[in-house]
Amino acid sequence: MKLNLDTILGKIRTLMGGGADPVDPAALKELARGMAHQIATTRPDEIGCDECFEQMDEFVEIKLAGKDPAAAMPLVQDHLDRCGNCREEFEALLAALQAMSQ
Amino acid sequence: MAERTNEEWLAGLRGPARDGALADLRAFLVRGLRYGLANRSDVDEANLEDFAQDALLKILDALDTFRGESKFTTWAQKIAIRVALTELRRKRWQDMSLDGIIDAQGLDFVPDMLVDTTAGPDQQAVQRQFLTTLRRLIATELTDKQRQALVAVRIHGMPLEEVARRMGSNRNAMYKLLHDARQRLKSKLEDEGLTAEEILAAFGPPA
Repeated sequence: MKLNLDTILGKIRTLMGGGADPVDPAALKELARGMAHQIATTRPDEIGCDECFEQMDEFVEIKLAGKDPAAAMPLVQDHLDRCGNCREEFEALLAALQAMSQ
Repeated sequence: MAERTNEEWLAGLRGPARDGALADLRAFLVRGLRYGLANRSDVDEANLEDFAQDALLKILDALDTFRGESKFTTWAQKIAIRVALTELRRKRWQDMSLDGIIDAQGLDFVPDMLVDTTAGPDQQAVQRQFLTTLRRLIATELTDKQRQALVAVRIHGMPLEEVARRMGSNRNAMYKLLHDARQRLKSKLEDEGLTAEEILAAFGPPA
């Protein structure tokens, strides 16, 4: 079976409780733009989620110290830019530590 | 909570009378989780206690792997956040099976529907060429597993970790699988005359 993007997105909307609205053409274009960007910026030296997790405590402390963690640990920043799960965890960790250091 | 150095935390948690250190660490983790997950509607106080408890067990198991490159509490909180978000993703996606959303040999789309008609004519031409080529490369150059993961993550927005769970894999391996897919697509696109610079220039930065 071939899947058409339009059908898929319509299905997601329904699943997410959005009803059977027609698919927003802007969302389709944004999807294309996102894919293009992801592929074109792919680099050979990307780290995986495990390596990112190992270094995340050090990374977040550089950030908390008001310095630039992306400059110090560029591959961690690159991974966080690409991986939604790791980024979500980093943001929650940062929020937790910032609140507790007040 | 008493301030402890990293050495004091490790000694406290490994020592014969570790109850005090455990209680302090648990309280620290619960507070951190409360702040870190504050913007979520799917978390209550009982969840926070459960996450902290699960995290404590993981932390005690992993004490020997702590390398002292951050504060002990930062390292411990990192583990607690991951435990919590992993569980929350699992719950949120539990009713969604991969079969339900991907019954496909591949991912098909109509390139023209994805071209941004507000872009200049040259940009549109490159976009169309990219999308047409990409559509073919996805069908011919990727493995079934790569295609499935790509559809689940990019189109359905399923978390990498949840795709991994359903494929009997783990998140790290799944990231690598998709990284390999991206590298292959990028290199094949280049073979066909579409460089990364041209693609980026044609699409502009993502929103």
